[in-house]
Amino acid sequence: MATASVERLIGKSIKRREDPRFITGRGSYVDDIKLPGATWAAFVRSPHAHARIRSIDTAAARKHPGVVAVYTGQDMTGVNSLPCGWDLRKEKNIPGVVQDLAMVPHMPLTADVARHVGDPVAVVIADSQAAAADAAEKVKVDWEVLTAVTSTERAAAGDAPQLHAGAPGNVAFRWEIGDGVATDAAFKSAPVTVKRRIVNQRLVANAMEPRACAARFDPATGELTLWVTSQNPHVHRLLMCAFVLGIPEHKVRVISPDVGGGFGSKIFLYNEEVVCSWASRQLQRPVRWTATRREAYLTDAHGRDHVTDAEIALSREGKILGLRVKTTANLGAYLSTFAPAVPTFLYGTLLNGVYAIGAIHCQVTGVFSNTTAVDAYRGAGRPEACYVLERIVEAGARALGMDVAELRKRNFIPKFADGFQTLVAVAYDSGDYGVALDKLLGMFDYKGFRAEQAAARQQGRLLGIGFSTYIEACSIAPSKVVGALGAGAGLYESGKVRVHPTGMVTVYTGSHSHGQGHETTFAQLVADELGLPVEQVEVVHGDTGAIPFGMGTYGSRSASVGGTALHMSVGKIKEKGKKIAAHLLEASPSDIEYVNGQFQVKGFPSKAVPFGAVSLTAYVPHNYPEGLEPGLEETSFYDPSNFCFPFGAHACVVEVDRETGQVKILKYLAVDDVGNVINPMIVDGMVHGGIAQGVGQALWEGAVYDDASGQLVTGSLMDYAVPKADMLPMYETERTVTPTPVNPLGVKGAGETGTIAATPAVVNAVVDALAPLGVDHIETMPLTAERVWTIMQTAKAAT
Amino acid sequence: MYPAAFEYHAPTSVRDALGLLGSLEDAKILAGGHSLVPMMKLRLAQPKHVIDLRKVPGLTGIKEEGSTIVLGAMATHWDVESSPILKAKAPVVAETAAVIGDPAVRNKGTIGGSLAHADPAADMPATAIALGFELVCEGPKGRRTVKADDWFQGLMSTALGEDELLVEVRVPVWPAGSGACYMKFPHPASRFAVVGVCAAVTLDKNGACTRAGVGVTGAGTKAVRARGVEAGLAGKRLDAAAIEAAAQKAAEGVDVQADLQGSVEYKAHLCRVFARRAIEAAVKRAQG
Repeated sequence: MATASVERLIGKSIKRREDPRFITGRGSYVDDIKLPGATWAAFVRSPHAHARIRSIDTAAARKHPGVVAVYTGQDMTGVNSLPCGWDLRKEKNIPGVVQDLAMVPHMPLTADVARHVGDPVAVVIADSQAAAADAAEKVKVDWEVLTAVTSTERAAAGDAPQLHAGAPGNVAFRWEIGDGVATDAAFKSAPVTVKRRIVNQRLVANAMEPRACAARFDPATGELTLWVTSQNPHVHRLLMCAFVLGIPEHKVRVISPDVGGGFGSKIFLYNEEVVCSWASRQLQRPVRWTATRREAYLTDAHGRDHVTDAEIALSREGKILGLRVKTTANLGAYLSTFAPAVPTFLYGTLLNGVYAIGAIHCQVTGVFSNTTAVDAYRGAGRPEACYVLERIVEAGARALGMDVAELRKRNFIPKFADGFQTLVAVAYDSGDYGVALDKLLGMFDYKGFRAEQAAARQQGRLLGIGFSTYIEACSIAPSKVVGALGAGAGLYESGKVRVHPTGMVTVYTGSHSHGQGHETTFAQLVADELGLPVEQVEVVHGDTGAIPFGMGTYGSRSASVGGTALHMSVGKIKEKGKKIAAHLLEASPSDIEYVNGQFQVKGFPSKAVPFGAVSLTAYVPHNYPEGLEPGLEETSFYDPSNFCFPFGAHACVVEVDRETGQVKILKYLAVDDVGNVINPMIVDGMVHGGIAQGVGQALWEGAVYDDASGQLVTGSLMDYAVPKADMLPMYETERTVTPTPVNPLGVKGAGETGTIAATPAVVNAVVDALAPLGVDHIETMPLTAERVWTIMQTAKAAT
Repeated sequence: MYPAAFEYHAPTSVRDALGLLGSLEDAKILAGGHSLVPMMKLRLAQPKHVIDLRKVPGLTGIKEEGSTIVLGAMATHWDVESSPILKAKAPVVAETAAVIGDPAVRNKGTIGGSLAHADPAADMPATAIALGFELVCEGPKGRRTVKADDWFQGLMSTALGEDELLVEVRVPVWPAGSGACYMKFPHPASRFAVVGVCAAVTLDKNGACTRAGVGVTGAGTKAVRARGVEAGLAGKRLDAAAIEAAAQKAAEGVDVQADLQGSVEYKAHLCRVFARRAIEAAVKRAQG
């Protein structure tokens, strides 16, 4: 039975199979889970940025109709601090540590001091959401309001109020990377140096679905099931069981069903799911909670928040001789799960960019402040690095009077296929940086644009173009490497392929889809490799009771790490299938090949057994090879040997309204190289969404705290401007393809490229637009109309 | 997002609604709910009673009465935006409604609810002042009419009595040779007006301005008439220089408030810029 040649599925834009249920409202999110007898939690939160708890009076709340229990931090005995999963300490031989990380406690309900607005101090549990909310208003906290500090620059100043006894001066850690001596020497001898202050403002992730959890302790079995909006259910389970609650891991099942966006903010273990899990065991009833949008703004981990002084040293020919970076990173009030990694190993290691640089030195100080904790947000450290580098590179070009594209070309690392050692620890996998920029410049008439710009300037119009030739590190991460850098976890991924007797296939991945389209991409990958119709493959994820231990989705790792684990399991399935087929065909296994969905004798498509016949034989092993186990199911764990390093070139063309300062994007061009592409439509979607977030940071987004009160004044969707479709241009996107040698699929990762690349491209474009007014730098984002107008007024006044 | 407990009332006549309003303590009128309900969900507003007007007949609809267009207070922004009568006779009113919020807001929010709420950054108040809307209130003692100029009294405060309902909005139709335009600088998050200006002009055969109405919203605690601008336009041939000169007065009389969207200086500047742009567009329309 010969099969016609099966069309390859990899590389096809198959429509996302999960979308019909999402867009018709039939997804099943945590809040949709029905639990009989459930109670609802409402958290009592600090209205102050910094305040000592003198006492908490819960009597009135307890009497409120429907209230089941009220707990404060003092009631949660035997419960430990939320853990920080990244340790920066000299005694652990973590490279670059200048001052040890202050491992400050972060209790699920703070019992002594509230350290940011929204810090939970008590929980009310009631029969209904409304009763819980009503009763929470009746909890009376006697506060001693303390002075607060929210500013990144002032958090570690001598007169700043202290947040933690264990962190003198509010310093969380000091860390460095690169070669200070060589960098100083490079600056000393360089003919041109440019120094700029570059602020990367704080952002709020704003996942469409707010965080939620539902914890159900079953007294009959002693098992706890936690439904939670997590990007990594096994990580949640491990951290909660082993570190916080001390309950046996095998008695806990964590399920992350459909999750509506994460952008990093749903990686971390949060207070609320710990409290609900603990309370469910106390009360022996399900306890659930769904965040309001206000709570999401106040408690979801924020992103970015760096203040950086960056310096570039250049030769007169435009060669980059040195880069010196000093960054203060605001970590917020507590250490979120992976917070210390973001401004260190995910930041300093990317400062080499796509350029051959003479010497690099980067120093980072992490500081505590009375703000929401900061952790990974789409790109996590890499956008901050790219922003610093791409801004200072253009500032350097302007100082030299050199074209910004030309300066980049003079510094690109030449094409390489198997490794480039940077000055900041990491070794790139493969790259061809010049080609990406050349392709970008081929997408429009750059020279023509410069002429148009000059003509527009004659008429008083302010047109500008900005570039970003970025690199990022994804496919996170080789476990040994990250372990040596302080990670408390390995960063492999699991992939299990279960072939059913009828030849249908279920795939279990440790990756977690919260918008990425894994149910399509992984089905496509496995179906392609097995030569089966994609409909024959189902993907299961997000349930520790169903999937092998997995590390989840973040850092653009799912296709490269999770996909490779599946690829390995498919390989094992094929090997076992060959033995079964060889037996049926009375041939040697080494003479069997798998082609187009059938096992056949090499070169004889007519001497073949279809996949379904082999799978049936595996489960009905009447006529079966001696000594071979029945069944057809394989599990693999893939630990990558290196990160993967996608790269590309983006350009943005803007016009600034001279009267209002409003920035309008006229054109946005992107060339991304993410290695091989499994589903181009899905990758395009990720690039588009990423650009939107990157543009959002450049022009509109920003978490703003009131200096005096420490209140988050952009704490709602009415105040915090997320980009909307009508605020964005049509993107023009292209790709180059430089497969990675790191994994057999040759895929690098596509989830974060747009976010990383877009922000500096937009800001560079605005600086370019304002150049005729004498503007050569913009320090702070977002570039709201008022900020740009003020810059123009200041520039006018100066001339 | 659960509001504090409240009692819900859905009267079926204006008389019943007024009766409830007069007898209940701490009652709020629900006329669409796109301002009140979010405030209640955040528990910033916790009224004991909510009186929903959606079952009261006769408060919707848009009709022509001579040279006036009469809008029921419960006409939704979508009703206003899509009204053929308004599009033909007072298109700027439909255009203003079309830039309020988003489609969900416009489908539920009402012109009466919005004008009675008097959010300082709402769009319609600028147009109400520029065109000279009249607002008809009904109370225990009957009906009275308030001019838009007298309606907006302060931050979210209006001439509406505590025992009254806003039942009707009357839009005067401006004569031939008129043109009007509403322009705003939207808040990037909420789309409310950081600054919004509505300008209306009537030109005579020689192109001289015989009548001008200019309303400014967003910048201050309440929408106001830009009298200085109107005076600058009156009787003049509205060339670029005349418009520019008049627009310079746009922030006069506005108690400009600084916030995250702008300093006092910037917002005052935006008032002048958007006044000029709105007047230019209005003049172009008046010229046909």
